[in-house]
Amino acid sequence: MQQLLNGIFIGSIYALFAIGFTLVFGILDRLNLAHPAVFAASAFVGIELVERVGLSLWAALPIVFVVGALLGLVIERVAFRPLKGRADAHFAGLISSIALAGMLIAVLQWRYGPDTRRFPPGSFPDTRYEVAGAQVTLVQLVILAISLALMVGLTYMVTRTRLGRGMRAVAENPTAARVLGVNVDRITAVTFAISSALGAVAGVLFAINVNTAQLGMGSAIELKGLAVIIVGGMGSLPGALIGGLVLGLAEVFAVQYIGSSWRDVIAFGLLFIILLLRPQGLLGARKVREV
Amino acid sequence: MRTKLHTVAAASAAVVVLASCSSGDGGSGGTAASGELTGEGTGESCTIEAEVPIGAVLSLTGAAASYGESQQRGLELAAEELAETDGVTYDLTIEDDQTDPRQAITLFDQFVQEDVSLIIGPTLSNAAVQADPIAQDAGVPVLGISNTAAGVTDIGDYIFRNSLTEQAVIPQTVAAATEEFGLENVVVMYSNDDAFTESGYEAFAAALEEEGVEISETITFSKTDTDFRALLTQAQASDPDALVVSALIEAAVPLVTQAREMGIEVPIIGGNGFNNPQLMADAGEAAEGVVVGAAWNSSSDNPENQAFLAAYEEKYGAQPDQFAAQAYTGLKLVDRAVRANCAADHESIQQALGELEDVPTVLGEFSIDENRDAEHPAVVQVVEDGSFTVLQ
Repeated sequence: MQQLLNGIFIGSIYALFAIGFTLVFGILDRLNLAHPAVFAASAFVGIELVERVGLSLWAALPIVFVVGALLGLVIERVAFRPLKGRADAHFAGLISSIALAGMLIAVLQWRYGPDTRRFPPGSFPDTRYEVAGAQVTLVQLVILAISLALMVGLTYMVTRTRLGRGMRAVAENPTAARVLGVNVDRITAVTFAISSALGAVAGVLFAINVNTAQLGMGSAIELKGLAVIIVGGMGSLPGALIGGLVLGLAEVFAVQYIGSSWRDVIAFGLLFIILLLRPQGLLGARKVREV
Repeated sequence: MRTKLHTVAAASAAVVVLASCSSGDGGSGGTAASGELTGEGTGESCTIEAEVPIGAVLSLTGAAASYGESQQRGLELAAEELAETDGVTYDLTIEDDQTDPRQAITLFDQFVQEDVSLIIGPTLSNAAVQADPIAQDAGVPVLGISNTAAGVTDIGDYIFRNSLTEQAVIPQTVAAATEEFGLENVVVMYSNDDAFTESGYEAFAAALEEEGVEISETITFSKTDTDFRALLTQAQASDPDALVVSALIEAAVPLVTQAREMGIEVPIIGGNGFNNPQLMADAGEAAEGVVVGAAWNSSSDNPENQAFLAAYEEKYGAQPDQFAAQAYTGLKLVDRAVRANCAADHESIQQALGELEDVPTVLGEFSIDENRDAEHPAVVQVVEDGSFTVLQ
């Protein structure tokens, strides 16, 4: 029972990280590898706000959200927009976002040094529950709830709102969307902003959940996040949640029944099997590319 | 630029010394400067005319900067005290290797060129492994003050260290913990993608076998892992008497926090990676009951240590850590070795360092063993009320 819950909570962290990641990927067809750096940066900014400025976590979270959104706008403007006209824009954007991530991490290291940091004790209520003999913390429940809420909220936004319609139009065909009067640049920027803002909140919650924040925290789960969006179906928001849970559970049960050294072998092995059986991912739609 | 100017200055100084050195000086070392580095008298009455040049290579910037800074303070405090005693004066030059082994190599080269009597450092073991051979080849003694990895002193007979290795500390830690807590079976956890923690694991496994403690499970993780709940649940299932963990502090903090959060109340025994005040600062109450071996006992009441604590507090307004204590002791040991033969040429220092025995120091009764490694009692600490106290 405890392991089942462990799997669900690890999975919800992966999902939280992947939801922002997959939004940009699904709508704009761009892989933003600066996302992990935003994840780390936001945790450090959050700690700074709580520790130095003395804000409560609840006051700091909206600010972190805004900082994340601003970072998203910067990433879009610096790493992606200058390259959008190029034939190899996917690949060039990928590389330039890695470069931007490297710069961001270097700035963080200059500002905060290499040491790990954490939120001061008591910034989040240390409440625990016992569920069928297993331990659950409030942070874990909040993370699960936020992952679910974001998935539902974003799905609603993408399918029902005007902004969402614009996003889908851009996803379908940017040129046609522009002809039809959609402000493609604005939609693109907003998508990046939302994506990074979600990554920022994920970073803060992650740092609280494991009681530590370090510069490499984003890159440590970057690969898992990528696996999740591929398993879930690229660009599918419910897929990111389900993919996260599948990966989290696979890891935990690999530890339980096979051995801790085999954790990643099993988790990523599962990725290969899913892709063999369902190349489009669990909830992905088969994409038809025009040549 | 500073480094370059320094080299130029030292090189021209060497030329002056060389020119002034007449052939009749006949020092035992045979190097240009060593003629003037032999004095008269022994021990406290030893008097050496020339200043004894000592080079130190520390990581003052980069990833290991926090350690290097402590070491610099320890060395400077010792140098200040030595300057007040008569007979021998030291010209201590501290340079920064920027936590980069290549930079350490460059600085070792530079100090060898300048013909220093001894080199202290470098801060990290992996830099030592790469830079020490340069001094060994040139016949310049090296005193490591923080290298704990196995094999450093195997580089050659000019390489010494006053820092206890993990292999020396861990058996004492395991023995003390076994006695204190009556350990019968434990779960061992370690990050298997880091050379330091893996060698710590091997030392733990050997020591546990020696003590007849059964390892019911061995669990591995990655040094970048931060969520240990699944692994800890697995560990909990075999109901161990203790968790034995070889991890760096980055993993130690979340691991300890999550273990306590999950209701694992047994002692957690850590390697040298746990020997860091950050453990108590960041894990808070969860750190209570963590057992760690260390080379230096901050609360030790031997007179050398008490004097050191007071002097450090007065000079820096802060508490020293193990790195400062080992650095401070290092320079004091060098002084002892120089005074033993009342000579500061390479061969005399090498010989005298190798013969150090039962020297009262901040670290306790200190000896150099036949492998040129440190020999002194380790202290087994347990976290109580937010600070390390000696496990009695």
